[in-house]
Amino acid sequence: MKDRQERLLLGAFGALLAFGACEAVSRAGVVRRSYLPPASEVLARAVELAGDAVFLDGIAVTLRAWALGLALACAIAVPVGLVLGSVPVVDAAVRAIVEFLRPLPSVALIPLVSLLLGSGTETKVALVTYASIWPILFNTVYGLGETDPLAKDTLRAFGFGRLSVLLRVELPGTAPFIAAGIRISAAVALILAVATEILSGFGEGLGIFIAQAGLATDGTRDVLAGVVWAGVLGLVINGVLVWGERRLFPWTPGRRGVG
Amino acid sequence: MLRLDTVGQHYGDHQVLHDLTLTVPDGQLLCVVGPSGCGKSTLLRTVAGLLPAYDGTITLDGTPVRGVPDNLAVVFQDYARSLYPWLTVRENVALPLRRRGLPRAERRAEADRILARVGLTDTARRHPWQLSGGMQQRVAIARALVCRPSLLLMDEPFGSLDAQTREDLEDLLLEVHRTDGATIVFVTHDIDESVYLGDRVVVLSPGPGSKVVLDLPVELPGTRDQITTRGLAEFVALRSEVGRAVRNR
Repeated sequence: MKDRQERLLLGAFGALLAFGACEAVSRAGVVRRSYLPPASEVLARAVELAGDAVFLDGIAVTLRAWALGLALACAIAVPVGLVLGSVPVVDAAVRAIVEFLRPLPSVALIPLVSLLLGSGTETKVALVTYASIWPILFNTVYGLGETDPLAKDTLRAFGFGRLSVLLRVELPGTAPFIAAGIRISAAVALILAVATEILSGFGEGLGIFIAQAGLATDGTRDVLAGVVWAGVLGLVINGVLVWGERRLFPWTPGRRGVG
Repeated sequence: MLRLDTVGQHYGDHQVLHDLTLTVPDGQLLCVVGPSGCGKSTLLRTVAGLLPAYDGTITLDGTPVRGVPDNLAVVFQDYARSLYPWLTVRENVALPLRRRGLPRAERRAEADRILARVGLTDTARRHPWQLSGGMQQRVAIARALVCRPSLLLMDEPFGSLDAQTREDLEDLLLEVHRTDGATIVFVTHDIDESVYLGDRVVVLSPGPGSKVVLDLPVELPGTRDQITTRGLAEFVALRSEVGRAVRNR
């Protein structure tokens, strides 16, 4: 417990220091204010935006694309991962395609997908889904590979068949890995949602807000306030998912109670 | 009756069991002893149908064993790995009953009945990882008994427990065997344990290609006791005989 407090305190101290440095650099006139406004002004603007209905609508639009894309990615990646992880023949056949597609930076696909689907929700959802599939898929396959053979043998010895082993042992055993994959994908999904908006430049969303502020004179403060919002969203999402994982999988190593 | 006739088993080119012949009458508690790596666990897994193929024939009540036989239960040494951490103790114990198509309420009742028998009534709603090692192995035993198996295979089940817990569980097993009368094949490397528990002790030679080097009936009183039984002259004599066979002297 003391460790935790100490870490929190150090973290707060670090954040405060960075905040102070930005503030000081700007106030001292080292860089022009229009390039780097004082941190306090950026923060004040970010708080102010919380009362701006249009801005909040934009956040809702971004989060909707994020959630939809992530949900689709789960719906695709988990079953595909289960098949790849448990049927070696399929894995061997698909492996080459997967290894080709995976290293493609999803951001590089934004212009292509925009061309095909326009610059609306469909494009965002498609790109978020595509980028989010990989961490979930690979974690599912990896988790299956990590299933304890003894846990499987135990169920088999009670006369259960292969499908039962998959559903009753391998799937629940892999669930913590899948959840970790979803948490990684959640961050990737947010990047793609915002980046797609910034690059496409039309419509509504957090990325649109940032892109348009970038075009305005003296828009840096708004750009940075938007970035602060993106950061806070990422932080909150991650926190909620970590909390959820702890609640759902209390047996995973490191959190296991002592007998 | 479990019959093994010239059974062989190998992993790739590595011959683990060779020409093993053994008959276990119904209701016998057979202890299989041997040095590490002699193929005891392989023997057990072969009988359980967990290994894909074997040479020779294995029959259970006259029917050749292909795959996992019905009415079989296995208890492994590593309870932490064979109990499911995402299920409660009760759910773990009730799990084998799902194959019987019993309704939920009956599965629950059966699980509670068997948990009471192994002295774990209060832990039904906890999770295995919240229990001590001895209690976890009790859960594994309860889960093995819940389907009233006619053949119970145990692979060094008490090997990782402390002495006191181990003795308690040995007595629990003897009590279960007396009441249920299942055939039990109990694999161990502990010579004392084999003589204390067994109706009969079989010693395997070191691998590869293990064979039966000693087949010894244990003629000790049916009701055994950790203190008095282990002090009997017969017990000491049997233990020495098994010990010599294991050490090949």
